[in-house]
Amino acid sequence: MGHRIAVTINGQRYEAEVEPRLLLVHFIREVAGLTGTHIGCDTTSCGACTVILNGKPIKSCTMFAVQADGSEIRTVEGLAQNGEFHPIQKAFWECHGLQCGYCTPGMLMAGVALLERNPNPTEDEVRRAISGNLCRCTGYQNIVKSILRAAEMMRGGAGVASGSPVGRGSPAQ
Amino acid sequence: MIPAAFEYVAPRSVAEAVALLRQHSYDAKVIAGGQSLIPMMRFRMAQPKVLVDIGRIPGLDYLREEDGYLRIGALVRHATMEHSPLIQERYPLLAATARVVADPLVRNLGTVAGSLVHADPAGDWAAAMMAARAQVVVAGPDGERVIGIDDFLVDTFTTALEPDELVVEVRVPIPGPRSGGDYQKIERKVGDFATAAVAVQVTLDEAGRCQQAGIGLCAVGPITLRAAAAEEALVGQPLDEATIRKAAALAAEAAQPTSDTRGSAEYKRDMVRVLTIRALRSAAARALKA
Ligand SMILES: Cc1cc2nc3c(=O)[nH]c(=O)nc-3n(C[C@H](O)[C@H](O)[C@H](O)COP(=O)(O)OP(=O)(O)OC[C@H]3O[C@@H](n4cnc5c(N)ncnc54)[C@H](O)[C@@H]3O)c2cc1C
Ligand code: FES
Ligand code: FES
Repeated sequence: MGHRIAVTINGQRYEAEVEPRLLLVHFIREVAGLTGTHIGCDTTSCGACTVILNGKPIKSCTMFAVQADGSEIRTVEGLAQNGEFHPIQKAFWECHGLQCGYCTPGMLMAGVALLERNPNPTEDEVRRAISGNLCRCTGYQNIVKSILRAAEMMRGGAGVASGSPVGRGSPAQ
Repeated sequence: MIPAAFEYVAPRSVAEAVALLRQHSYDAKVIAGGQSLIPMMRFRMAQPKVLVDIGRIPGLDYLREEDGYLRIGALVRHATMEHSPLIQERYPLLAATARVVADPLVRNLGTVAGSLVHADPAGDWAAAMMAARAQVVVAGPDGERVIGIDDFLVDTFTTALEPDELVVEVRVPIPGPRSGGDYQKIERKVGDFATAAVAVQVTLDEAGRCQQAGIGLCAVGPITLRAAAAEEALVGQPLDEATIRKAAALAAEAAQPTSDTRGSAEYKRDMVRVLTIRALRSAAARALKA
């Protein structure tokens, strides 16, 4: 039996008739067509599917789309604005916060949610905030560095990188 | 994996939810945070025909002190407990528990009440609520009833709830002066279920002797266990090192661990002893300051 739901994703409204068993992550990827949100496991363990739902980071593979009816969702596609990367994206770029990139959308969303709640986190607070997100490549060091660097940029601290336009190649090292 | 098909209903009141549960009985399941139920449905270990989503019932997310109790509404999330100034200041046992339930993403959705109803012997809240001597408020067709936590938890994944009943609140008696508590958990990695964990709540009298003690053991039996002999050994005694060690040995005796991938039975039993010592020391120190 179909249910008509409407959710706002990155400011845009999506309406669809869905089966109750459709998981939110599948709604985001297949109905809204936003494939930046990844699926990395079957067991609610990895956090690759992390999105921000009504201001809080959650695992979108462990919620039914019908439960999200009426909510505001933010995904990795909503971070860049007007062709400019979000500071956290710039920081991941600058500090090598990713290797294969599979965990990255989830890490970015968990990181953004932290920084919006706590603009000046300690390293320990950063580590706790991403403790529901697994990365099989980086060993986390550079992810933690990236989020701390993003915090600095978002506070408008010294040494903020100048705009890194979306779509250019990675910076030369 | 994809769960089996089901019908979805989102009642707007407790009465409506109870009526739906009554109508569908064993075919229905309540969904709160979904952080235990959805994983089970994805593995098809649970295949409810009807899912009753209580997430849209207004007014179930309260967390406040009233009439001698801390009242935790059925939709209070683990993260709400973790970040609440009231919990941080006045309920060190619950604050310590909230920090180590699952991971921060799961904590944003999972509920305290849902964790108790799930009745996983490795559930952290059940052990904490046992130490805190909590009560569970249940709504059914004939109104509400209040069940003590020891009677609520019946067996592995089994509670005293009838199929047409709903948990609406978890109640913790407000601790008196000179009270303190702590939760000590060993986990293989952050976000994992406990290898073993111990919850402790104590109240001291004016002379510094233990007046009341609660000790709950997590993940070392088919169900959450109360270390009753250890509690008795504390009451009437000053919480000095000798008393603490004696109680810890009794708590270890009360454990019924089994060997699994998280550790051998022998190891877990000894960890109950160690964690009880640590939890009692810090609970006693907090009680002296409170
Ligand atoms: C990766 C991961 C790690 C985890 N680690 C831990 C951990 O370390 N420690 C721990 O304690 N838990 C852990 N959990 C479980 C988590 O705490 C769940 O949130 C909790 O067990 C269930 O709460 P929920 O609100 O999500 O319930 P749901 O999943 O919605 O429901 C669970 C059960 O309770 C019933 N139910 C829920 N609410 C009510 C109600 N008000 N009235 C009647 N029935 C109800 C449902 O029908 C279902 O049977 C983990 C979960 C995951 C996915
Ligand atoms: S896909 Fe792994 S937690 Fe959601
Ligand atoms: S960069 Fe490969 S999983 Fe994190």
